[in-house]
Amino acid sequence: MALEPGSPGPQAVEARPSAWGGLTVLLDTPAKRVVAIVAILLVMAVAPQIFGAYITVILTNALLYAILALGLNIVVGYAGLLDLGYAAFFAVGAYSVGILTTEFGWNFWATLPVAVVAAAVAGVVIGGPTLRLRSDYLAIVTLGFGEIVRITARNLQITGAASGISGIDQPWLYGWHIVSQSDFYYVFLALAVVAVLVSVRLANSRLGRAWLYVRHDEDAAEAMGIDRVRVKLAAYVIGAIYGSIGGAFFAVNLTAISPQSFSFQQSTLFLMAVILGGMGKIPGVILGAFVVVLGPEFLRDLGSFRYLVFAVGLLLIMLFRPGGIWPAGGRR
Amino acid sequence: MALLELNALSLGFAGNRVLNDVTFAVAPGSVVSLIGPNGAGKTSLFNCITGFYKPQRGSVVFDGSEMLRLKPWQVTRAGIARTFQNVRLFRQMSVLENVMSGQHCRTSMGAISAVLRLPAQRREEAKIREVAAECLRFVGIANDEWHRDASTLAYGHQRRVEIARALATNPKLLLLDEPAAGLTKGEKDELVTLIRRIRDERQVAVLLIEHDTGLVMTISERVSVLDHGVMIAEGTPREIQSNPRVIEAYLGSEDAEAALAL
Repeated sequence: MALEPGSPGPQAVEARPSAWGGLTVLLDTPAKRVVAIVAILLVMAVAPQIFGAYITVILTNALLYAILALGLNIVVGYAGLLDLGYAAFFAVGAYSVGILTTEFGWNFWATLPVAVVAAAVAGVVIGGPTLRLRSDYLAIVTLGFGEIVRITARNLQITGAASGISGIDQPWLYGWHIVSQSDFYYVFLALAVVAVLVSVRLANSRLGRAWLYVRHDEDAAEAMGIDRVRVKLAAYVIGAIYGSIGGAFFAVNLTAISPQSFSFQQSTLFLMAVILGGMGKIPGVILGAFVVVLGPEFLRDLGSFRYLVFAVGLLLIMLFRPGGIWPAGGRR
Repeated sequence: MALLELNALSLGFAGNRVLNDVTFAVAPGSVVSLIGPNGAGKTSLFNCITGFYKPQRGSVVFDGSEMLRLKPWQVTRAGIARTFQNVRLFRQMSVLENVMSGQHCRTSMGAISAVLRLPAQRREEAKIREVAAECLRFVGIANDEWHRDASTLAYGHQRRVEIARALATNPKLLLLDEPAAGLTKGEKDELVTLIRRIRDERQVAVLLIEHDTGLVMTISERVSVLDHGVMIAEGTPREIQSNPRVIEAYLGSEDAEAALAL
């Protein structure tokens, strides 16, 4: 792209979405940001060797939450749609893989596209009618959808009813059998990197801007020629796909899934990661996911009190930083 | 043939008649004003034209096609852009991004091309930015303001950004809802020049609602007067100024100040 003097540079626009939040002050040049990203990735890459198996399992779970929170962030943070049943899409992905691999003997990789399509279809079916309505109807409908999916899974034969599906085969990738905890750690790390990249690119696109326009002022956005239903539906479906992919890898990681993994509580945890970290801010959302997963682990010594302490901590964070942990920044 | 033609348009809310058999036209490349006392139904008429309200009867024909069944975004795509009575820029977004929103309906790249950064997507992004920059320059917003949060701009500049944003949709007709409200004398003069340039340099017809009758009489080729949802007069500024029904409508309202200006 040729930039004539006075024409807006791409970096100037990219500085806005506060995708980097307050870090734009600290990491004010692209070079510094690249250094920061490489440093974080290096630490993440050697983490399993340093911390041992137990922490690796927890970090893997945190990465899974980060992926799901990034997906939910597109729905809640970018498009401003309150989704209380996000675990449903997580379940759609997990059960697609579980059923197709155990009942029909499919290869894991072949089931992935099915999981994605199933989540997208579910997203259109639920979002299509409800996204036409304004305000918080969506919250109620998604809440109901989440419960319907869970209860359906509990009662169908093919989903293994209450005991769920077990014995899901762990996948092979070009001769690499992904079995050990550190194997899965690296798979989830790679997925998280892709999830971040996709989020950043979407945020800085025509569609990403349209989400913000619609979130800020639906009428003004529509007066600018933006079909708000279509734009919201895109956010909802993309969020659903994130959830489904997360669920698919979750299923092969644990090799067993059951309805209780997809409860309303799970949905609220994902939502908490997004809100806690700071809606719409990618590093904030990742941080939120890590806090939600690691917080209770660090407090393990407190026994059954840990959830109480953790809850009080969350309340304090929301009281003093209602915009999320991550600094807002970026605004001049 | 008229660019915009309203025929016997009627709008009511729960038995309250807001617009009654309104018939009205805007010729291509002209500046037309809609005046009337507060509560006469002027903004409601704008909302009917742009698809935000659904009138019970009548028709709105723009550029040869019926607009009445269309949603607001489809009306904008058809070539009618608008501004709002209270400035409604997208807060927490830059001036440039605000104006880029106007190009949304003229572009098409979706999620997949954005994720893959396809060459076509990058070209389109560059084009969106170029159009937005051109519109900002046209309304006279200097580029040191382009990356500021739109809501931090001086009020008069926010109004101009809103016009730039509407122009970025490449309209054939621009609806301005009280564009001079809250502007200083100097800014009003600049607005008059800007509206003329929009008509002459961009061949965009302008329909405006305005309370400043002095400004209306200066720039309009035709003026229509709405009172209690009824179109009571239509003509050149001179005809309107000497129309007894218009003066009566204004004197009977709280808008006596406007009547004196007539």
